[in-house]
Amino acid sequence: MTQFFQQIINGLSLGSIYALIALGYTMVYGILKLINFAHGEVFMVGAYTGLYAAGALGIDAYEASGRAFPLYLALAVLVAAMAAAALLGVLIEFLAYRPVRTAPRLTPLITAIGVSLFLQNAGMLVFSPNPQRYPAILREVRFELFGVIVTNIKLTIFGVALALMFGLHLLVQKTWTGRAMRALSFNIDAAKLMGIDTNRVIRSTFAIGSALAAAGGILFGLDQITINPLMGVLTGLKAFVAAVLGGIGSIPGAVVGGLLIGLAEQLTAGYLSPAYRDAITFVILIAILLLKPEGLLGVVRVEKV
Amino acid sequence: MRIPRRTLISGLCATALSLFVGCKKKQPDGSAAGNASGGSEVVIGHYASMTGSTAHFGQDTDRGIRLAFDEANAKGGVLGKKLRVVTLDTRGDSAEAASAVTRLIDVEKVTAVLGEVASSLSLAGGRVAQRRKIPMISPTSTNPKVTEVGDYIFRVCFIDPFQGKVMATFARQNLKFSKVAILKDVKNDYSIGLADAFQKSFTALGGKIVVEQSYSQGDTDFSAQVTAIRGTGAEAIFVPGYYSEVGSIARTADRLGLKVPLLGGDGWDSPDLFKIGGDAINGSYFSDHFAPDLATEQAKQFVAKFTAKYGVAPSGLGALGYEAAEVLVDAIRRAGKDEPSAIRDAIAQTKDFEGVTGKITMDPERNPQKSAVVLKIEGGKAKFETSIAP
Repeated sequence: MTQFFQQIINGLSLGSIYALIALGYTMVYGILKLINFAHGEVFMVGAYTGLYAAGALGIDAYEASGRAFPLYLALAVLVAAMAAAALLGVLIEFLAYRPVRTAPRLTPLITAIGVSLFLQNAGMLVFSPNPQRYPAILREVRFELFGVIVTNIKLTIFGVALALMFGLHLLVQKTWTGRAMRALSFNIDAAKLMGIDTNRVIRSTFAIGSALAAAGGILFGLDQITINPLMGVLTGLKAFVAAVLGGIGSIPGAVVGGLLIGLAEQLTAGYLSPAYRDAITFVILIAILLLKPEGLLGVVRVEKV
Repeated sequence: MRIPRRTLISGLCATALSLFVGCKKKQPDGSAAGNASGGSEVVIGHYASMTGSTAHFGQDTDRGIRLAFDEANAKGGVLGKKLRVVTLDTRGDSAEAASAVTRLIDVEKVTAVLGEVASSLSLAGGRVAQRRKIPMISPTSTNPKVTEVGDYIFRVCFIDPFQGKVMATFARQNLKFSKVAILKDVKNDYSIGLADAFQKSFTALGGKIVVEQSYSQGDTDFSAQVTAIRGTGAEAIFVPGYYSEVGSIARTADRLGLKVPLLGGDGWDSPDLFKIGGDAINGSYFSDHFAPDLATEQAKQFVAKFTAKYGVAPSGLGALGYEAAEVLVDAIRRAGKDEPSAIRDAIAQTKDFEGVTGKITMDPERNPQKSAVVLKIEGGKAKFETSIAP
């Protein structure tokens, strides 16, 4: 039983990271009907920015002397990574997607795959293909509850993910930008006619989604110990499945989907075989597409002819 | 740019034709007999992963090889000729390994080939060397299949079943463990081979494998496996993988409160293991070919020379690269001529050769019989623990 709860804890922390990434997929899809395959690479760049930012802020000295990295510096690392990823997201949108926005749907999709491959290889060139240990931005504190080990890192992952998702919810529901996003997602042409600067709104959507992915990247590094330039490939795909599972275009759906995928993966690895940990995600994808294509929390929209 | 179709076709034909003619001229009987150079130097090829995720393996081996050849040249070379080594990068890719060996033989005209570290790459390169009848010595490929490729393929290290047996003997008899878990990399022949050998020997010695878990190379999350092992009361975990994953596994085990030593093989041998594993890897053991602090005179001299030249102490890979090169130089000397087939015969007759990692005698399967060392990790360093004979 202890083992079961341990796997649940592990699964929830992994799932929170998937959820953060899934939000980016779902927001972009909701507005542009585009699956942004480069999103996993934005997550990777976010993680690396965090690694280098921590290095620039002198994490090595702290690690060598055994002192904890101050919390305000850890927050600075998080902010730096989120800002860099937001910039990258906006840049990708401007350079790769905007020129093909009115083209048939397949064109931006292929473009997205191209951007994704480009960033993977650029990552190997710039960051070196060797896995790197993630710096201890947060000092690990471990405690035991009835034999189940919980670390402050796992709690932080859960906490940060929840806080960011709540923030996003407020943004989408309560602010002007959020209202504009919802308007675009409903009908982009009508929104334009109502005087909404669609380019600006799309830009903010990419910036916000990418920043969340960067936060996911840092949490992933803390949780998984090492990062490498191809970390975004499989993680990105799983987050995408999470978005589909929850109902693509739906923000609460992305959160629920992410947590479910994390749990399914961890329980499969723990009780069935680690060889199936990646397979289970895609089995879920096939099942959901067959049984409930709109996703768990998605809504069926009637196509007006 | 548009190329007129006719030009393109005739160009392609010419290229194909020249390739065909080129091959025909060079190897009438399928062997590259023309590689016994009449010049003033003997060219030796080395193919290794100089970049990529196992870059450390290739770079350290290359340093050892170059050190050995520089020494031989300083003493006047072999047969009155200087030795020259040409290194080609495989980037850790087996297709790349095969083409590197082809290039070494056809373009660089090498008389013998050294390499690779990874068994899967030595298999790919070895097939080419065997077909062209150029002798090859792998410094560190431990999978038994490598030398089974043919009679031109040798190695200077022990093989996987032996390494698994060494760690099983060590765990059972030296550490007195009776319950051990296995965590192997299912994508890696090396890892599977070691795990199988360990399991057989350990159970034969009266121990019990309490659980067998697996991962795939490139995985980053090991918490599910570690959690599953935690409940079984294992006294140690045998992790015959490569250093990046082992480092992460050690950290995950530490984080989940599983405080048992990890046991492993020579795939652990890299400074990156300590970088990634940190304090969590302390107290673990792995088998290797060579311990830098081992006190034989030969080993001490080698470590001093290597450190003086490169500014860092050699790993086991550097030592075996050096040893492979020395065995080759010795064979060329005994052969009396730099012809691939004569060198092959001389390598096969190697007997009681005093290398830095021990005495080498080639058995009929072209594998040397030699002992392994077990290293203990303490304070971010690997220290000699014991030596286990075959």
